[in-house]
Amino acid sequence: MRFMVIVKATKESEANVMPSPELLAEMGAFNQELVKAGVMLAGDGLQSSAKGARVTFKGKERTVTDGPFAETKELIAGFWILQCRSKAEVIEWMRRCPNPYPHDGGYIEIRQCFEPEDFAPAAGGPTA
Amino acid sequence: MNEPDSRAAVETSAAIEIVWRMEAPKLVAGLMRLVRDLGAAEDLAHDALVAALEQWPRDGVPRNPGAWLMAAARRRGIDQLRRRSMQARKHDGLARELDEAIRVGAAPDEPAGADDIGDDLLRLMFIACHPVLPADARVALTLRLLGGLTTDEIARAFLVPEPTIAQRIVRAKKTLAKKQVPFEVPAPAERMVRLASLLEVIYLVFNEGYAASTGDDWMRPALCDEAMRLGRTLTTLIPAEAEVHGLVALMELQASRFGARLGPKGEAILLLEQDRNRWDRLLITRGLAALDRAVALDGGGGFYALQAGVAACHARAATPAATDWARIAALYARLVDVTRSPIVRLNHAVAVGMAQGPAAGLVLVDALATDTSLRAYPYLTAARGDLLERLGRLDEARAAFTQAASLAGNTRDRDVLLARARGRATTSP
Repeated sequence: MRFMVIVKATKESEANVMPSPELLAEMGAFNQELVKAGVMLAGDGLQSSAKGARVTFKGKERTVTDGPFAETKELIAGFWILQCRSKAEVIEWMRRCPNPYPHDGGYIEIRQCFEPEDFAPAAGGPTA
Repeated sequence: MNEPDSRAAVETSAAIEIVWRMEAPKLVAGLMRLVRDLGAAEDLAHDALVAALEQWPRDGVPRNPGAWLMAAARRRGIDQLRRRSMQARKHDGLARELDEAIRVGAAPDEPAGADDIGDDLLRLMFIACHPVLPADARVALTLRLLGGLTTDEIARAFLVPEPTIAQRIVRAKKTLAKKQVPFEVPAPAERMVRLASLLEVIYLVFNEGYAASTGDDWMRPALCDEAMRLGRTLTTLIPAEAEVHGLVALMELQASRFGARLGPKGEAILLLEQDRNRWDRLLITRGLAALDRAVALDGGGGFYALQAGVAACHARAATPAATDWARIAALYARLVDVTRSPIVRLNHAVAVGMAQGPAAGLVLVDALATDTSLRAYPYLTAARGDLLERLGRLDEARAAFTQAASLAGNTRDRDVLLARARGRATTSP
């Protein structure tokens, strides 16, 4: 099973304040553990929403809005893609994660990805 | 958290199960360093699990559960060694050896360093895949020791009764003890043979999972994930071995096609007819990166890296028509040199038929047909039929497909081949 673990944005991450060297080192070690266990498929930290943009959909209209965006709680600051045997295993891994929110506390969110089996197999023939 | 309510207790016992699966391989590997016997190491690890089941529901799961389990198991192991040491006093040599083990085991109260854990895991992998064991025992022992799977799960994955797997594991441990297989990373002289055995076991596990069909117990396809986990772990333990990256590349690239390989009725869809939009981009990216590492290390000329190279040609092609068949043919030519396998020669011939045209392919296939070991191989005759059809020699093509159908081992293949004999034109690799 594949999971996305989402790290929520904070005031600091939105202000482009880099984590402390200690936290960076701890995160590096934690990532190394995930890689050694063969469970980490991908992962990245994200720059603040000031460097991002939104494309808003309304019917056939597309409206582009440049960042930054105000609702910090709805924003994200990083993610992992993990391959684990169960949600419980992801939870156990994330209990071991260094605290990404040393100032105010916060939460990370674990979401399961869809697998090919979740979709009906393609009914059509080959697409060349 | 400390409230003894039943929900918390259930959650804790579920957490213990997960922690156990995650930690058991490291635990057993670390204990092997102390006791040098697989059965004894497993027993100690199990004692630590029992202690956790007693204490954690009461006190909560410790912050570093792996270290807790290791400390509990090691304490017990050292007690046992002390007792044996006392009994062995009369035999000076043995007592000294045990004292040394106690000293080594007891000295670092801190958890072992990351390098030590890695070394121990690698030794455990080499032991589980030791060539003194039959292949099926290596597979079972590896999944049990390194994958943390139960015998029941292994049995379900391999469609055999549970006692069969249990017996295989017991026998394997006895063999290892009897042959006094040392707990070590093999010396350079035998390293290549031992590594080949390790990689073979991982790939066997992967292929068993890949062969799973719809409706099978979910444990079967899960074998692919287990194999990929083991392979990825191995790349971190011995990053300088090109073939480890080659194997991981091959598995990631093959697994990227997992979601596209079966049709609505569970029928296999040939690679060239798969919907490439269903291929897993993340696994392709990972596979190509692993292949790059293998190529950077030794040119990518190993058994697995060459196969990964072929898989990469397909992965890179946006459409079947964009496939770099010349490159595939060149890779198969190198693979023929490595394996001397007639089936690889057939793949080479088919690739040449795609790269240079059916006439060139047919020359190679006809040369192969004289090879007795492939005479009754339906895919050879089918490949011949395909090349003849493309050359417009339709009567001969039909005869070849009919003959291939008569050789086919299952109804599904036979039906496809008979349909082609009737002249239903489809492309096939």
